[in-house]
Amino acid sequence: MSKGNIARFENVGLRYGLGPEVLRDVTFSLESGSFHFLVGESGAGKSSLLKLLYLALKPSRGLISLFGADIATTPRPQLPALRRQIGVVFQEFRLLEHLSAFDNVALPLRVAGIKEADVNRHVTELLEWVGLKDHMKSRPPTLSGGQQQRVSIARAVIARPKLLLADEPTGNVDDRMALRLMHLFEELNRLGTTIVVATHNMALVDGLGYPILRLDAGTLATVAGSGNKSAAREWRESRESAEQQARAQARARRERRRGETDEQDADPPGIENFL
Amino acid sequence: MLGVKRSDLPLDKDAHSRFLPWLIAFMVFLAVLAIGGILVLNATASRWDQGIGGTLTVQIAATEDPLKDQNNLQEVLNVIAAQAGVERYLVIEEDRMMALLEPWLGPDAKAGDLPLPKLIDVGLADEASFDMKGFTRQLQLRVPEATVDDHRVWLQRLVNLIRTVELIAIAILVFIALATVGTVVFTTRTGLAVHKEAIEVLHLIGAQDSYIAGQFAGRAMMLGLKGGIIGLILGLPALMAVGYLAKSLEDAALPDLTFGPLEWIIFAAIPLGVAFLAMTTARSTVLRSLGRML
Ligand SMILES: Nc1ncnc2c1ncn2[C@@H]1O[C@H](COP(=O)(O)OP(=O)(O)O)[C@@H](O)[C@H]1O
Ligand SMILES: [Mg+2]
Repeated sequence: MSKGNIARFENVGLRYGLGPEVLRDVTFSLESGSFHFLVGESGAGKSSLLKLLYLALKPSRGLISLFGADIATTPRPQLPALRRQIGVVFQEFRLLEHLSAFDNVALPLRVAGIKEADVNRHVTELLEWVGLKDHMKSRPPTLSGGQQQRVSIARAVIARPKLLLADEPTGNVDDRMALRLMHLFEELNRLGTTIVVATHNMALVDGLGYPILRLDAGTLATVAGSGNKSAAREWRESRESAEQQARAQARARRERRRGETDEQDADPPGIENFL
Repeated sequence: MLGVKRSDLPLDKDAHSRFLPWLIAFMVFLAVLAIGGILVLNATASRWDQGIGGTLTVQIAATEDPLKDQNNLQEVLNVIAAQAGVERYLVIEEDRMMALLEPWLGPDAKAGDLPLPKLIDVGLADEASFDMKGFTRQLQLRVPEATVDDHRVWLQRLVNLIRTVELIAIAILVFIALATVGTVVFTTRTGLAVHKEAIEVLHLIGAQDSYIAGQFAGRAMMLGLKGGIIGLILGLPALMAVGYLAKSLEDAALPDLTFGPLEWIIFAAIPLGVAFLAMTTARSTVLRSLGRML
């Protein structure tokens, strides 16, 4: 897709039922291929704004357009086509517990009616890539938090969405995993995916230096890019050394208790391999 | 269509839908009995409609005087012969009458022992246009001992009765279908509530309503088919048992409970029909409910 707006909000307001407006006069647009952090205190409305973006909610007022379509006038049968272009990493994963990791990741392809042979190939490749080759048949409750997170990210990206939304994706993982996730998102962004990451992890935000959407009690206060690339590098380096440390610790642990494997050590191969 | 269909929702583990096949089995059991009844009654009614229709019997009571009996018979035969619309007539032989009466009188009874009435079997060319009233009046005028037994009146009543029972059976079938639909709607709604979270995730991933409805429809079809087959397996032997008992009474008036190929096809179609009903009900229930969501 050439440059253009993936999503546009104009004076959007949102209230739950008869409650107060949790979003007020929100106006912004996401350019194709952009990467934004969405920040704000807990309760500021980050999740609510993302829900509007992934069409889980309709705004109480204002205009939202996605991929050039005004969602207020888009007939209901055409919404799934829009949703298929959006990948979502939910804060609480929202994996289907009765399905294996494989079937969870396969869902977006299956609901889109992709041939089962292709589903098999793509899902297997992606799960290998995120280091879950040996856990394809496992159901989410038997996986660790980090493994579930990777399943949910794999599900979000399997259908190559144009827009990827992540709600506090680093909330439940250690720094090493947070860094790997950011690597993945940056790589997807490099390949053209528009990305919005909601987070309260300011170290992450400041470190990477992408433009920021700041929510303050329901109002979009700032739209700014820190542009601080040196800070970004610093952050990355500090995380990388943390990662190396963690890896060394893990190796030592494993030598003590042989046979235990949880997190994968191998660096992921380029995501281009499967995309 | 009946092959293994992958399901994204754990509908097969739903406790609330476990009773559904048994409920459907019970419905189908009743439906088998009702349909069996309808088929049998229908066959019986049309057999009676054709078989005894178009005939009547003239009966001449015996008097003390054999000569008068002889004259009466001749006179009646004259009237019958002169009557328009009579196709054939036959005086029933005494031997045959004795044979018919043997169960009551015993094998040793002789024709002369009893004042037997004379019976004349009359076949009509066209029952509808036959002048019954005129014929009866003419006979009574000439031979007061003669009476006309018109089977049509009580036969018609019997046929009407059968048709009424048939209507009741059909009404029962309709109620059974409605009850099945209601049960499937209830089960499906419960399923939608139980799997609300998973359904929302499917929606957000881009699933069409029809995709989700298909999962419920597939499950309902399997449950309906299972219930239908169980119901058929229970219902047919019950029907056979009734037929066997009826046969052992050896009463010709009782309906015949042997089925032809068409009837067997109808019975075999019951589980398929129920499965189809359950499937379409579940599908439309889901589509209607999801249509109200975002
Ligand atoms: N489903 C809901 N019903 C009612 N109020 C809600 C609901 N979800 C969120 N809210 C309210 O909306 C506000 C914003 O919440 P949220 O979008 O979750 O903020 P954040 O993700 O930034 O923590 C909060 O005051 C919260 O209580
Ligand atoms: Mg939130």
